Amino acid sequence: MVFEYAFFQNSLMAGVLAAVACGIIGSYVVVKRLVFISGGISHAAFGGIGLGLFLGFNPLLMAVIFSVFSSSILGIISKKAYQREDTLIGAMWAIGMAFGIFMIYQTPGYVPDLSSYLFGNILTVSRSDILIMFSLNIIIGIIVFTRYNEFLAFSFDEEFSEVTNVPVMKTYIILLSLVALTVVVLVSVVGIILAMALLTLPAATASLFTNTLKKMIAVSLIIGVIYMILGIGLSFLLDQPSGATIVLVSGVTYLSLLGIKSLITKS
Amino acid sequence: MKKEIIRLENVSFDYGDHRVLEDINLNVFDKDFLGIIGPNGGGKSTLLKLILGLLKPTEGNILLFDKPPNEGRKYVGYVPQYTLVDRNFPINVEEVILSGRISHTDFLRRYSKNDRIISDKVMDIMGISNLRKIQIGKLSGGQLQRVLIARALSTDPKLLLLDEPTSNIDVQAETDFYDFLQELSEKMAIILVTHDTGAISSQVKTIACINKTLHYHGEKNIPPKVFEKLYGCPIELIGHGIPHRVLKEHDD
Repeated sequence: MVFEYAFFQNSLMAGVLAAVACGIIGSYVVVKRLVFISGGISHAAFGGIGLGLFLGFNPLLMAVIFSVFSSSILGIISKKAYQREDTLIGAMWAIGMAFGIFMIYQTPGYVPDLSSYLFGNILTVSRSDILIMFSLNIIIGIIVFTRYNEFLAFSFDEEFSEVTNVPVMKTYIILLSLVALTVVVLVSVVGIILAMALLTLPAATASLFTNTLKKMIAVSLIIGVIYMILGIGLSFLLDQPSGATIVLVSGVTYLSLLGIKSLITKS
Repeated sequence: MKKEIIRLENVSFDYGDHRVLEDINLNVFDKDFLGIIGPNGGGKSTLLKLILGLLKPTEGNILLFDKPPNEGRKYVGYVPQYTLVDRNFPINVEEVILSGRISHTDFLRRYSKNDRIISDKVMDIMGISNLRKIQIGKLSGGQLQRVLIARALSTDPKLLLLDEPTSNIDVQAETDFYDFLQELSEKMAIILVTHDTGAISSQVKTIACINKTLHYHGEKNIPPKVFEKLYGCPIELIGHGIPHRVLKEHDD
């Protein structure tokens, strides 16, 4: 059976770790409407991967440093720019991506397949990748657990929380940095380009059934794990690319449930 | 002599090259009940944001409780326009109100027993205790308004600042609402900002009109000429400066 192979166990473990990060941070991305800026962060992370490959440094760790840095810049830009913040985010998005491709092109010798970073390749997840993903999950979990009420107040009503002296700029940058860490967790599972899907779909599915943020996080974590197991299982059985299969399973399930729910509430 | 709680001196504000507020002078005292009226785009929201320290004036000086706004605002209970609240947000009434206590929490940002006692008390005052576990999307406009006022009261304010509090609220609810504010104004200063001239009831003690510049009126009787200047055309002054009960009889 396929389940006995180490690579399959690694894949499942990576999938579950990715689901945990998405369940927590994806909920904030959905309720605080950070989808577009998260797209910018995830694509800018590719710059870090390129830089890592060029310098012969672990590309995932380099992506952590690079994307936390770029998400802080994006956060400051989006708060300080009076207008056209979407244009600036789009520019960062493209520049990060282009920088990554540029650096990979400069890298001498063997360069791993680009598409495994862009679309994910769960078969190549190594033990050290899993260790990195696990550590990032721990960091995300601790920060969200200790800042939960502050994140909630900030996400619900930024202006009011600023009046009550919540450090809104700091909170915003921490939240975006957590999005950056989540993107890195997702890279090896679904890749840079499909990361957006897992940042939004499990949380959006959970939002159909929940009415507090705590429940939304818990439910989207469980839904994320289900999506991952279904997606990875199907991709092995049908011999299809894992990232795309996971995203298709998630997307189709979410849209179907959304349709069913709106039919029920109408009637 | 009453204590001065807000002082604006020659305050101007520009958005880019566009001057939104010009040379504003305003003094508000303890337990004042001030209505600020003006047309949309007249700079009302900008003035509120300046007072709350969310924006910095281009020129001039602002003092809030003798401090810069970003320090003095801890004494202010801010009630934003409820129509701007994201009603799909997964949060219930109790969580919204507790968020008013966030600056009192420990390093893990947990709410204490005392915070919960205070939130129970303000829910009681606002008559929304039975709604505590309801998600905010399921509330009526009037109920959501009460929730936002409860959140502001939970900060234990000395000044309540309300932005467009009566938009889309029916006449009966509006009357009750002003009676409630009247009671509250014996304990704290209240400033309410609106574009709706009919909304300024007889209970508001003083009125200021704003449209880029600000005109302060000691009492409520503003000559219609002032409104024409403010709004650029003659407007109907329903119940303005007339005791509120006359309006009610009219409706019946």
